[in-house]
Amino acid sequence: MAAPLTLLLIVAVTIRAALFRSSLAELIAERVEVVSPITAWKRGKRGWSGGLEPPRPTPLIIYLFHFLVDYAEITFMVSRNKRSSLLETEEFRKQKFALEADRYPLDCLELIRSPKEMFYTPLKVAMFYLLNPFTILSCVAKSTCGLNNAVLALFVLSTIKGNVLLSAVFLCLATYQSIYPVTLCAAAMLYFMQRQFIPVNLRRASFWWFVVQYLFMFLGSLFVIICLSFFLLGSWDYLPSVYGFILSVPDLTPNIGLFWYFFAEMFEHFRLFFLCVFQINVFFYTIPLSIKLKEHPVFLMFMQLAVISIFKSYPTVGDVALYLAFLPVWSHLHRFLRNIFLVSCVLLACSALFPVLWHLWIYAGSANSNFYYAITLLFNVAQILLVSDYFYAFLRREHHLTYGLYLKRKDGSEATLVLK
Amino acid sequence: VYAAAPGTSAPETMVPSSVPQPKDDFQEELVIRPLHSGDIYASFQFRTLWDTDFMRDNKVSHYRLFPKSLGQVISKFSVRELHISFTQGYWRTMQWGQPFISSPPGAELWVWFQDSVTDVDATWKELTNVLSGIFCASLNFIDSTNTVQPSASFKPLGIGNETDHRFLRYATLPREIVCTENLTPWKKLLPCGSKAGLAVLLKSEKLFHSSFHSQAVHIRSVCQDRQCKTTSWELRQTLNSVFDLHTSGQGKREWSLFKMFSRTLTEACPLASSSKLYIDITDNSQGEQFELIPATSLLSQAVVLGDRRTFSVYDLTQETTFGSVRSLNLLIRWKSSECDMLRPLLHAERYVAGYGLQTGEIHTLMYNNHPYRSFPVLLLDSVPWYLRLYIHTLSVTSKGKDNKPSYIHYEPSKDRVRPHLLEMLIQLPPNSVTEVTVQFERALLKWTEYPPDPNHGFYVGSSVISSLVPSTVAMDTNSTQERPLFSSFFPCKEESSYFVRIYTEPLLVNLPTPDFSMPYNVICLTCTVVAVGYGSLYNLLTRSFQIEEPNPGLAKRIANVIRKMRGVPPL
Repeated sequence: MAAPLTLLLIVAVTIRAALFRSSLAELIAERVEVVSPITAWKRGKRGWSGGLEPPRPTPLIIYLFHFLVDYAEITFMVSRNKRSSLLETEEFRKQKFALEADRYPLDCLELIRSPKEMFYTPLKVAMFYLLNPFTILSCVAKSTCGLNNAVLALFVLSTIKGNVLLSAVFLCLATYQSIYPVTLCAAAMLYFMQRQFIPVNLRRASFWWFVVQYLFMFLGSLFVIICLSFFLLGSWDYLPSVYGFILSVPDLTPNIGLFWYFFAEMFEHFRLFFLCVFQINVFFYTIPLSIKLKEHPVFLMFMQLAVISIFKSYPTVGDVALYLAFLPVWSHLHRFLRNIFLVSCVLLACSALFPVLWHLWIYAGSANSNFYYAITLLFNVAQILLVSDYFYAFLRREHHLTYGLYLKRKDGSEATLVLK
Repeated sequence: VYAAAPGTSAPETMVPSSVPQPKDDFQEELVIRPLHSGDIYASFQFRTLWDTDFMRDNKVSHYRLFPKSLGQVISKFSVRELHISFTQGYWRTMQWGQPFISSPPGAELWVWFQDSVTDVDATWKELTNVLSGIFCASLNFIDSTNTVQPSASFKPLGIGNETDHRFLRYATLPREIVCTENLTPWKKLLPCGSKAGLAVLLKSEKLFHSSFHSQAVHIRSVCQDRQCKTTSWELRQTLNSVFDLHTSGQGKREWSLFKMFSRTLTEACPLASSSKLYIDITDNSQGEQFELIPATSLLSQAVVLGDRRTFSVYDLTQETTFGSVRSLNLLIRWKSSECDMLRPLLHAERYVAGYGLQTGEIHTLMYNNHPYRSFPVLLLDSVPWYLRLYIHTLSVTSKGKDNKPSYIHYEPSKDRVRPHLLEMLIQLPPNSVTEVTVQFERALLKWTEYPPDPNHGFYVGSSVISSLVPSTVAMDTNSTQERPLFSSFFPCKEESSYFVRIYTEPLLVNLPTPDFSMPYNVICLTCTVVAVGYGSLYNLLTRSFQIEEPNPGLAKRIANVIRKMRGVPPL
């Protein structure tokens, strides 16, 4: 296990180093799919050397960058590798837990994963993340997305390991950088409650006591970090500058998300209304998903991360790579997936067409913004299909685990399952 | 208004009241300078001096030579200095030399307010709207997105101690077009209007048929005497034009007032204390280049733009100038066409480099043509917010080597609130080109923020380069002495250099545009994608798996219905 992992790490580092040194690094750093106004290194430098205006990336990140500016490459690569190793250990834990539950009907034995299969899952996760072209591009572009991903991975690791305080702290760091990870609170709380055998019952006092504890830790560390930023910068201007920027979307630079063209073509009268609708859209899946998946908090975390990556205001391919890296964990669901071929073809085609249509619009002048917008739409539809497909497969597997794999109808013939 | 008898000079008010009316004085002059490229540069200056105090509590109500509209503007908005110019065309320094007063293409307005103003931004907004009405120009487009507060350039040209740059506002509208509607109210501000004096030459069909046309109004306080115990308000109206040889002449190099302006001079303005016409004959000392008809014996020398120039003077207040035909049609007949021009010491250019609609680079080149002296220049750049400057890519190089500016003031922009402001003090080495480059990124705007014809591009205002250029002759530092108007505009603090302000070209930059025909389509399509996400997740969250009863075919169903009616068991 260690040897293939080391080999993988070496390959990943080599690829990144090679790309850093080549002339492609500057080209990649300018690509709008890879960097967004929040994550761009160039904007961060501008913010730092300008000195006067609160920068868009959060203040702590700017100060961190200032000290790490000479070691940026190594830092990014280290955080990449660290992140992948976190995912591996997390998966080990998860699989052990799944193995201990042996309350499934006998014919579902083939649905349960054997230790042999699960042995290679961490390596597959590492491979999915490190060798994903999206992450490579993100790393070479020196986007802060990598740091975001690292913090989220640390959060997932500390949650799985059962450390409530660390999980709250890392979640607070992730929320500090962009507001959306706050929805992962619910998933973390459900995981801890499951682990500590607290029943998820709204009428029980122990439930509320745990919720209060966790929220106290989360809000406390958030308060500490915000005050720290205030002392570093000397004013509160960074709050509207960073969070107001994420929520009110003033910058309409094209990216792979849905917001930019929508708000570029929006009638002024309806702007605030649709802004609220789109921002609420990210947050309001939390409660229904938590209710449905309250026994499966890890899958809930995956779903939340996916929803955030698709519907956030300034998505980049680095965010997409984050939840794509989780897919090997659920490789046992592939027999229930319905659209995987279509989705992967569409994702590949869109990834190839993004730079082409960008060039045609911006440089050749023979296409216009509609072409790039169309590919954006298609890419997001493909992501939505992917996520809902995995959700369907997961729910179906749970159904089979409860009722048996080979279901028969009343007359003894083979049954088909539908959602009703 | 009291009209003085024609022919008198230095008119004074004659109302016998207990309060002595403040003294006012009006002078007009026209300078014609034949340029080396064969064009003709005509510069009109009209100056009104009035010792009154607009800032005291009693409102000034008796206006004579000073226009009432501007007097009310000064007192209502507590203006200390006001400079506004409207220009059509770009001054070609390399072909035409230095102008007396330069101005950028479009409209430019800079104002110093008094210290008593509490809310400068609100006052500025009101002032721009009032001036927009006075000059029939669209100055109402001046708002916070194109106004800057320069910290070092645009120091007051009049007297004053306070130079807190919070009271200074500078804005430029490079897209503004100058036409007859702007000339007419400008002419109305003159005491004689366009009925008498030099202003009769200002006919719009000839003036706007020129290569360069610039009209400006400058208001400031000046000292009355050397000790500066009392001050008076000075209003200068300047109009600079460059007439093109080829469009105005018939190929013969012969100029006359009638050819240029389609009018001749018949009398001076009766309200003017001095009305003069200057022809620059420095290069024509022996009469070998051109010939002036009618000839004049009056000569005058003045030090202007660091050079001693000789002028033939026609005094319009004298009856003899007009001769027996009672009209002066000055004729300049060229004899030889060869000439060489002194290269101007300071010259600047600016352009945008790069390709595509994503990024670009602004290059500003400044030429120092002095053979052995270096001098500092102050460069002011105001770039709109939608061109996001990467200030860490700013580089200043002279002769291939890095030239670090001794003073940099940078105010970053804020989206839709204020533009970038960059001011630098750069030392230009002798006989060199200094290049200032900075990279920028182009923003995508909301579809309502594009002007009509968005693919024409967006204008970026000219850079302003202010400098003290070494002069070849000693300049006169006494500003209260009697001097021709064209040499007394810029205050002179030292003898060895003169102040010059030059403007570069404005830039025209294309931004990526969304498709303007698509708002409904975009809203529908994006909402569809969000609905697809919502729908899939809703289905999966609210429904559960059930075993499906197979649906029999249509034929079987109809058969079953018939069987039920017959009372027979179904298939």
